[in-house]
Amino acid sequence: MATDAPQPPGRTDDSPVQPTTEAFIEAQNSAEFAELRRSYRSFAFPLTLGFIAWYLLYVLLSSYAGDFMGTVVVAHFNVAFVFGLAQFATTFLIAWLYSRHASTKLDPKAEAIKSRMEADA
Amino acid sequence: MSAVYHSHPVIQLAASSTSEHRPLIISLFAVFVAATLAITVWAGRQTKSASDFYAGGRQFTAFQNGLAVSGDYMSAASFLGIAGAIALFGYDGFLYSIGFLVAWLVALLLVAEPLRNSGRYTMGDVLAYRMRQRPVRTAAGVSTIVVSIFYLLAQMAGAGVLVSLLLGITSDAGKILIVALVGVLMIVYVTIGGMKGTTWVQMVKAVLLIAGALLMTVMVLWKFDFNVSDLLGTAAEKSGHGAAFLEPGLKYGATDISKLDFISLGIALVLGTAGLPHILIRFYTVPTSKAARKSVNWAIGIIGAFYLMTIALGFGAAALIGPEEIKAKNPAGNAAAPQLAEYLGGVGTTGGAIMLAVISAVAFATILAVVAGLTLASSSSFAHDIYANVIRKGKATEKEEMRAAKWATVAIGVVSIALGAMARDLNVAGLVALAFAVAASANLPTILYSLFWKRFTTQGALWSIYGGLFSSVFLVLFSPVVSGKASSMFPDVDFAWFPLENPGLISIPLGFLLGWIGSVVSKEEPDAAKYAELEVKSLTGTGAH
Repeated sequence: MATDAPQPPGRTDDSPVQPTTEAFIEAQNSAEFAELRRSYRSFAFPLTLGFIAWYLLYVLLSSYAGDFMGTVVVAHFNVAFVFGLAQFATTFLIAWLYSRHASTKLDPKAEAIKSRMEADA
Repeated sequence: MSAVYHSHPVIQLAASSTSEHRPLIISLFAVFVAATLAITVWAGRQTKSASDFYAGGRQFTAFQNGLAVSGDYMSAASFLGIAGAIALFGYDGFLYSIGFLVAWLVALLLVAEPLRNSGRYTMGDVLAYRMRQRPVRTAAGVSTIVVSIFYLLAQMAGAGVLVSLLLGITSDAGKILIVALVGVLMIVYVTIGGMKGTTWVQMVKAVLLIAGALLMTVMVLWKFDFNVSDLLGTAAEKSGHGAAFLEPGLKYGATDISKLDFISLGIALVLGTAGLPHILIRFYTVPTSKAARKSVNWAIGIIGAFYLMTIALGFGAAALIGPEEIKAKNPAGNAAAPQLAEYLGGVGTTGGAIMLAVISAVAFATILAVVAGLTLASSSSFAHDIYANVIRKGKATEKEEMRAAKWATVAIGVVSIALGAMARDLNVAGLVALAFAVAASANLPTILYSLFWKRFTTQGALWSIYGGLFSSVFLVLFSPVVSGKASSMFPDVDFAWFPLENPGLISIPLGFLLGWIGSVVSKEEPDAAKYAELEVKSLTGTGAH
């Protein structure tokens, strides 16, 4: 069960409770776990593709659309500068959105499965 | 590239103002070294088990680890290099910061929590979880050590450059001595303090770096009555480039190849961070995956704030000091931040001397801390992945494993002192970028497939790790980083047929592709039971260490 080979005698390490392989397979096939996986993947995967595309758009515009990026917005601030700051803002925003999703939608489900499995083990 | 990862041309420092301040700089640096050594000894007394040594006892809070992650990530290249690149190339210098920051979302959304839940001490724990242990552990260990050594080398060579810049030491012997000193200190930090000591050193360094940058930012903005537009306008005017200084293109816009190179670099930065072993092992220092998530959030906040401040520092240096004076001191602009510090304190005054000394000491602290983190990552992987699980087949006792880790630290320290001394005048520009490219090509595909793809097999893991590793190293070998240009490692010969300095554009897709093909054509069936364990563990934290 452990990540490593069985611990030889004399090893003292933090050894957490380990459910059996059968218990893990059963958990993986449960509706509860399927719901947790769906809730995680359907949020994290599209969001990842989204921010990578948004970043690549920025990189490509910086390389190939210099004139557009140089357009002055106000005073000495141009599109490039605003776009750059927007990347900072979206990074903070996405981190916050994901963390909120994780703590409200994922953590309770994960915690329920974990405590049940560790109690059974 | 070379502007940020600095260190190239041999710096000629005539009678510079810095040498007068040498005693003050050295005293401040000595204070930092003494304080961190005290922390190390204290942490060493509490380091008993392997979990203490590798993972700091998993007792750090999310905020502490967030600070330490930031400390590990913000190298001297970020501080001196980005400020200098902005000061000389304007907007193009700022482009780096964005890639370095956005990259953290990959770590937050896909890697940090599952890794914390399913691994124990190293990246190899997760990569080898479902696979045949010995081949995959070996591959993970090799890749960890290669990435860390490239990164380490750049920091060591950077230390030599810094010293010549800040202390006015230009003799070869002086630089070698400094590289050796850095090497010995890092061996001491890691062997005595382990992860606990190293984490505290990172935290102290992160606080110093943020405080130094904040102080300078406020002082720069003060000069412009907190009018950022004024700051940008003055910087553009003084740069001699006018409005173009505030637009992309001064550094990367020259040719089609340089544009492609920038795209390649951008991809490597964004995908490399979440595959850097010295960053990944930090997530084992907190008790739960929730705390790992929170520490990434802290890191995003701290690193983001820091990069925003580099805008003020870089444009401030351009506006207040001007490109001529910055280039006179270091052609790549690496002295811009210390020069700005002296200017803000008042050139020729005690205030200026103190500011210069403080900022220089912060830069040294930065190098030392990053180097210690890298050394710990590679010696951990050697001891835990290669020694304990491959050589001893999991039969080593905890004591034996820790002893192996300490000897590995000494060996890695000696090797990097030797390489760092040899590389002190080489263009190490490619090394850090190469570390990111290898991490993105070899480590990230394997981590993601392991965690999320049921059909991934041992053969797939080996193909993606070795394929990503060799293709990126191979492409760099035949790139302008190594030969063919005045800024190359070997400028006198030309065997460069690959035009890009960063291999990421080719090697990252290749790493992903090889992992997929290797699994699909593999004769062996993926281990479904092990995947059930890994998947349930990684998402729920059941049975996590």
